[in-house]
Amino acid sequence: MSLTAESPQAASRPPGDALVVLDHVDKWFGDLHVLQDINLSIRRGEVVVVIGPSGSGKSTLCRTVNRLETIDSGTISLDGRPLPAEGKELARLRAEVGMVFQSFNLFAHKSILENVTLGPVKVRGVPKAEAEEKARRLLDRVGVGAQASKYPAQLSGGQQQRVAIARALAMEPKVMLFDEPTSALDPEMIKEVLDVMVDLARGGMTMVVVTHEMGFARTAANRVVFMSDGQIVEENEPETFFTDPRSDRAKDFLGKILKH
Amino acid sequence: MDWLADGYGLVLRAFLLTIELGVVAGVFSMLLGVLLAAARVGPVAVLAKAAATYVLVFRNTPLLMVFVFVFVALPKVDIPQLSFFAKGVLALTLYTSAFVCEAVRSGVNSVPLGQAEAARAVGLTFGQTMQEVVLPQAMRAALPPLASVLIALMKNTSVAAAFGLIEATARMRFFTNDNADVRTVIFLVFAIGYVVIVELMSAGAFTLERRWRVAR
Ligand SMILES: Nc1ncnc2c1ncn2[C@@H]1O[C@H](COP(=O)(O)OP(=O)(O)O)[C@@H](O)[C@H]1O
Ligand SMILES: [Mg+2]
Repeated sequence: MSLTAESPQAASRPPGDALVVLDHVDKWFGDLHVLQDINLSIRRGEVVVVIGPSGSGKSTLCRTVNRLETIDSGTISLDGRPLPAEGKELARLRAEVGMVFQSFNLFAHKSILENVTLGPVKVRGVPKAEAEEKARRLLDRVGVGAQASKYPAQLSGGQQQRVAIARALAMEPKVMLFDEPTSALDPEMIKEVLDVMVDLARGGMTMVVVTHEMGFARTAANRVVFMSDGQIVEENEPETFFTDPRSDRAKDFLGKILKH
Repeated sequence: MDWLADGYGLVLRAFLLTIELGVVAGVFSMLLGVLLAAARVGPVAVLAKAAATYVLVFRNTPLLMVFVFVFVALPKVDIPQLSFFAKGVLALTLYTSAFVCEAVRSGVNSVPLGQAEAARAVGLTFGQTMQEVVLPQAMRAALPPLASVLIALMKNTSVAAAFGLIEATARMRFFTNDNADVRTVIFLVFAIGYVVIVELMSAGAFTLERRWRVAR
């Protein structure tokens, strides 16, 4: 089961040129300096895991990349072009950036199949029959093909999250953002979602994944970025980061999550 | 019941006018109300403010005053000649759309923010996000309050009786004037007419509600 066999950006590793670049990015929520001088460059085909304490700005970082949150200074560019400010251009950008949320956010009033076809039909103008055929293939690949005519509320959390991944993939995004995709799941469903993500990573998808799943980071990530209090404190390849963190904040954090 | 045997054609025609007023004003109120709600929750501050002001004015003005305004004040500003029926529809629409707006807005607010975010993340524009994702869910949530608003509208058409429109309530007054001895009966017959119309509307709303619940 290879998720990205037909994906145009299925590049083989090692990762290529810079695809997403954050350059001196700052963001405030009122008095809270939630992103502080963030510099991060993600290469094509790279899988970056973002890790850090709750409230450190990981979600905000993710959301700035498809401009669900605006930034106050600095620049973010995708594939060499700065993010457009508003309107049609911005919608087009968002179509090129897939996003998977912690709480799935499947469209509650639409069937599983319609959830996956909505974007291609409305945004890309793909004919309905063609979009459905492709949606069924994607749903089969993430293992929920049999649920196509059901509604989101009828599916388990793990199934819903896999549908959400299929929905994002249907747009053939250049990069996929995952914001704690398994945090809302019961333990027995976490693996089925991570398996799909590992598969995607193997297929060459560029991914930014906010997660505390160290197994995933070790298996699939090229790099771990550790955030704390709105700053990128440390980044390294996974094995080194987990076994030999340099900063005190990372040591402290790993100590806490390893205790469980 | 001579009055009814002789005049039942008039009774039917009067109720038909009541229903016409209710349906035509209902359609316009829904259109205007949804637009107002979209303006209120939309990103354009000026539109949001304008819609909020509209709601503030028309929701807090007695319906009778809106009628007086449309029938008495508007002719002064020399608006092209409107029929009594059109004026009645206009007054009812101005008033009812403010309530529709609030019902729809509460429905929109009941849709989790994540729904709109997911739609935007897929690349839908603001308009598409509203049309494809937010409004369909908002309308489901708004259905019970909307049904109340439209039922109130159907009964509010009776205010038009005072402005030269011979709908059900006006017709009832003519009948009671001419048949003082059977006033109570006449009143009951007309009341039953209203009850039947409103119950049909309730049943319709209930059916829709059930169908939409199954569809989730
Ligand atoms: N829309 C918002 N308005 C104000 N503060 C916010 C908003 N979103 C997040 N924050 C705050 O910004 C900080 C970082 O949040 P977030 O990016 O969600 O952190 P993380 O995902 O790492 O837990 C937190 O203190 C949070 O309370
Ligand atoms: Mg978060």
